[in-house]
Amino acid sequence: MDEQDLKLDGNAAAGLLRELFAFELTTARGRCENCGAVAEVGAVSVYANAPGSVLRCPQCESVLMRIVSNGGRYWLDVRGISWLEIRA
Amino acid sequence: MARAAVLGRLSRIAWQLGAVAELVDETARVKTLVLEVPDWAGHRAGQHVDVRLTAEDGYQAQRSYSIASAPEDERLAITVERLDDGEVSPYLAEELVVGDKLELRGPIGGYFVWEVEQGGPLLLVGGGSGVVPLVAMLRHRAASGARVPTRLLYSARSLEDVIYREELGRLAASDDELEVAYALTREQPAGWMGYARRVDEEILREVSYPSGEGLAFVCGPTRFVETVADGLVAIGYAPEQVRTERFGPTGG
Amino acid sequence: MSFVSRGFRGKRRDEGPSGRMPPGQYLVDDFPVLSAGPTPRTPLEEWDFAVTGAVGEPKRWTWEEFRALPSETLTKDIHCVTKWSKLDTVWEGVSVDTLLEDVESAAEYVLAFCDGGYTTNLPLEDVTDGKAWIAYSYDGEPLDPEHGGPARLLVPHLYFWKSAKWVRGLRLLDEDEPGFWESLGYHMYGDPWREQRYWGD
Repeated sequence: MDEQDLKLDGNAAAGLLRELFAFELTTARGRCENCGAVAEVGAVSVYANAPGSVLRCPQCESVLMRIVSNGGRYWLDVRGISWLEIRA
Repeated sequence: MARAAVLGRLSRIAWQLGAVAELVDETARVKTLVLEVPDWAGHRAGQHVDVRLTAEDGYQAQRSYSIASAPEDERLAITVERLDDGEVSPYLAEELVVGDKLELRGPIGGYFVWEVEQGGPLLLVGGGSGVVPLVAMLRHRAASGARVPTRLLYSARSLEDVIYREELGRLAASDDELEVAYALTREQPAGWMGYARRVDEEILREVSYPSGEGLAFVCGPTRFVETVADGLVAIGYAPEQVRTERFGPTGG
Repeated sequence: MSFVSRGFRGKRRDEGPSGRMPPGQYLVDDFPVLSAGPTPRTPLEEWDFAVTGAVGEPKRWTWEEFRALPSETLTKDIHCVTKWSKLDTVWEGVSVDTLLEDVESAAEYVLAFCDGGYTTNLPLEDVTDGKAWIAYSYDGEPLDPEHGGPARLLVPHLYFWKSAKWVRGLRLLDEDEPGFWESLGYHMYGDPWREQRYWGD
C-alpha cells in the first residue's frame, strides 16, 4: 500500500462530523490558521487511518482539525481553523 | 418521489434499518443492493451511506458506500464491489438475501454532490467502482429531464468490469447532450475503438470541455483520483472546479 | 445492543498466545500503517537527532555520527492502541541510554519531536535503562518511510503511538507535557497491560 492511499477527501470525515454537528459540515467554508487558505471542508485532506481523524489544509498540510472518538466520547480540536462559515 | 434532504432540518444522524428488496448482479464482482428504508429522508446525487454490520458477539464493522440510485427513485440502491480480502463487501455481495435487514445511516456528504440546478457542462471521471456516485448523478439528470451537457469518462480494467454498461449505453444513445467514453486499461475486446490505456492528460484534454468550463467530479481509488485531478488542473481547470472523492484503502 | 446482522462473523481475530497479549489486543500478520499526515521525506544529509531542553548542554548527531554509535538488534512485541499487536518484531537501533549518556539533567519527562510535527510525551525513566531505542532498521531492512524511516523512537512496553515515527529528537522537560494524541484524549502514560488507552482509563 502506497502511503499516498492514506490521504482521503473531506467527505471521508463527513459521517464522523455528522455525529458531532447537527448539519453537514463538508459544505462549510473555513480558513486555515497557518497559511490563510480558504476552502470548503469537503476539499481538505483527511487522514483517518490513525488513532484519530486528522483534517489538514490542502495547501500547506498543516492540521486544521483533529477528532478522536471512543464509544460515545469525543475529543475535538479545531485550533487550526481561524473561522468556519456555515450555511445551515 | 423525491424529497431533497434539506440541510437546515437535519438533526443528529441516526442508524436506520433497511430491508433488502432486490439484489442485482452487475458484474462478476459487483452487486447492487436495492433497499426499502422506511422514513428515508431522501438524498442528493453523490452522497453516501455508512453501513454497519454487527456480529453476534457484538463485533462491528462499518464502511461507506456511495448511493447509486437517483433522488427521484422510490428505493435506495447501493452498489458494492466484492474485495477478496474484504470484511464487509463479501458479506454484502454474497451472504445477504432478499428480506435481510441492513443497518445504515445517511445520507452523508454535501460536498461531492451534483443537482441539475447547478447546471453544466458536467465532466464525470470515474475509476472502477468510483463510477457509482457518478451514475447516481446521471440517473438524477435523466429523471429530471434536464439536458445539461455531460460527459462521463469511465476507467475500468476490461469491458466485463464495466458496471451499468447496458444502462450507460441506453442513456447515451437517447441523449445528444450525454457522451460516455471508456478507458479499458488491461484488456480490450477485438475491434475496440475506445481508450486502451490509463487515463492521462491527453485523454483528459480530449474528453473535457474547452477551457475547463463547468464542474468536474472525480471518484475512484486514491491514486486514480490524484492523477486525474492533477491532470484536469494541468489542462486548465481551476482547483475549485474539481471535486474529488478518494476511496482509499479501507474499503472492503 | 439491538440489531445483529444475520450471518455476519467478521474477520476472525487471532487472540494470540496467552500471557503475551495485553487485554483487548489481537494478532496481525501484516504491519498496519497508521498515519496522521503525509509521510515526511527528509534527506539523510539534512537529518539530525537532537537532545535539547532542560539539559546542561544540548547534543546533536548527524546521520553519520548517529550510525557510528553503538547499536543493537532487538526482538520485541509491539501493541497498537487500535488493538493490533505483533510479536517478536526485530529491530536495530541505538539505545536512548547511549544518547543520554553524557547528558546532565534533572528533568523527569521527555517530549519526542518529529518531522511532520508529531510529538509524544514520556517519563524519562520509561526511555532509559534499556527500555527505548532510536530504531533505523526493521526486520533486517532499513526502516521504510511509511513505518517511520529513516528512524523512529521505539518504546515497546507502551502503546505504539509512543514509538514516534520520523523522530528528530528528545526534549527533556521538568513537567509532563501532552503530545499530539495525549492532548486529545489519549492516555498520558499508555500502559497496554493496564489498558490505558484514553483519559481516565
